[in-house]
Amino acid sequence: MSALSPRTIDVIRKNEGSLLASWSANLDASGATRDARIGHAEFESQTKEFLRLLVSGSARGTVNDIAGNEWSEARTFLERLSRSRALQGFDSQHTAHFIFSLKRPLFDLLQGEYGNDPAELATQVWAVSELLDGLGMHTIRTFQKSREEVIARQQEELLELSTPVVKLWDGVLALPMIGTLDSQRTQVVMESLLQRIVETGAEIAIIDITGVPTVDTLVAQHLLKTVTAIRLMGADAIISGVRPQIAQTIVHLGLDLQGIVTKANLADALAVALKRSGFVVTKGA
Amino acid sequence: MERIPILRMGEFLLVTIQVDMHDQLAMTLQDDLSERISSTGARGVLIDISALDIVDSFIGRMIATISGLSRIMDAETVVVGMQPAVAITLVELGLTLPGVITALDVERGMKLLRDRVQSR
Repeated sequence: MSALSPRTIDVIRKNEGSLLASWSANLDASGATRDARIGHAEFESQTKEFLRLLVSGSARGTVNDIAGNEWSEARTFLERLSRSRALQGFDSQHTAHFIFSLKRPLFDLLQGEYGNDPAELATQVWAVSELLDGLGMHTIRTFQKSREEVIARQQEELLELSTPVVKLWDGVLALPMIGTLDSQRTQVVMESLLQRIVETGAEIAIIDITGVPTVDTLVAQHLLKTVTAIRLMGADAIISGVRPQIAQTIVHLGLDLQGIVTKANLADALAVALKRSGFVVTKGA
Repeated sequence: MERIPILRMGEFLLVTIQVDMHDQLAMTLQDDLSERISSTGARGVLIDISALDIVDSFIGRMIATISGLSRIMDAETVVVGMQPAVAITLVELGLTLPGVITALDVERGMKLLRDRVQSR
């Protein structure tokens, strides 16, 4: 178990000012501090805080046990840091660089201190290197985790966004689709639409694809599946919102949408649905 | 032996599947139904599958076969009350059942059957 010797900790504590200065210089050189998303003052307080935690942590614990109790404060600090970096939209390199750019100033300091004791210098450099690597890895891990959380949350929100089934008229349901159709979304959309058909006993379902940006063979296949499932249940499906570009794509791809009623917009589809259900719309005098 | 009852309602036959279908049951139903259509001279068949919540490709094909054979024997067939899960499964299995007429529930199915028989 290697640890930082009391002498090393002492020298770090004594030279805190110059260490911070050269660390900031290093960060400046890489351009990290010139980003508008983090202020200079924030950077300064973060470097100061980290150095303090580094000293207090290494006074208590060993360097190859980052997961231990002695490092819990430093870990919490780094987790908070990388989470805020992830939310601000920085990449993992930037976040890791914050820690790794401390290496050089620390090595320089150790070299000055242990200049005439190469064996001890090697041990201490190794210890510092191991410590910073461990902390850096922890930061990246947390960074990645927070990014994944953000992505998962967005995916869920998108999925919820995509499945509102609205009742247009007695016996007429509409499903305005927004966004790209993939297998998972089609599945969710299909299930919720079919479920609503059972609940309401609606005989006509209109699928509006105005908000679907592109239609390729896969999307067309998904649409066909949904329409077929609706037909199997005993209801009729109308696809509306076919824009000119999409119509062209469908024809160019040679997709077969025969047997499916398609309309240019939702109003036309509703008119057909009303006519089929036997409703007549008249304008009042 | 277990059998699915076939009820006669005027000129129509009513088949309600209330149990889980297995292959032998499906084959028996197919035989019984063709027998009954020929003996009663039924004009239409209504198959209610609202209680059916598990299907495989065999049962899916059976539905298509029954519909096809009754059409040849001059009886319209309407399948009613398919559950969403069943519809999705059939579509995923690639069984789109072309030519099978469907309706949401027994009432609408009966109306559809009457309309179709009358218009012939």
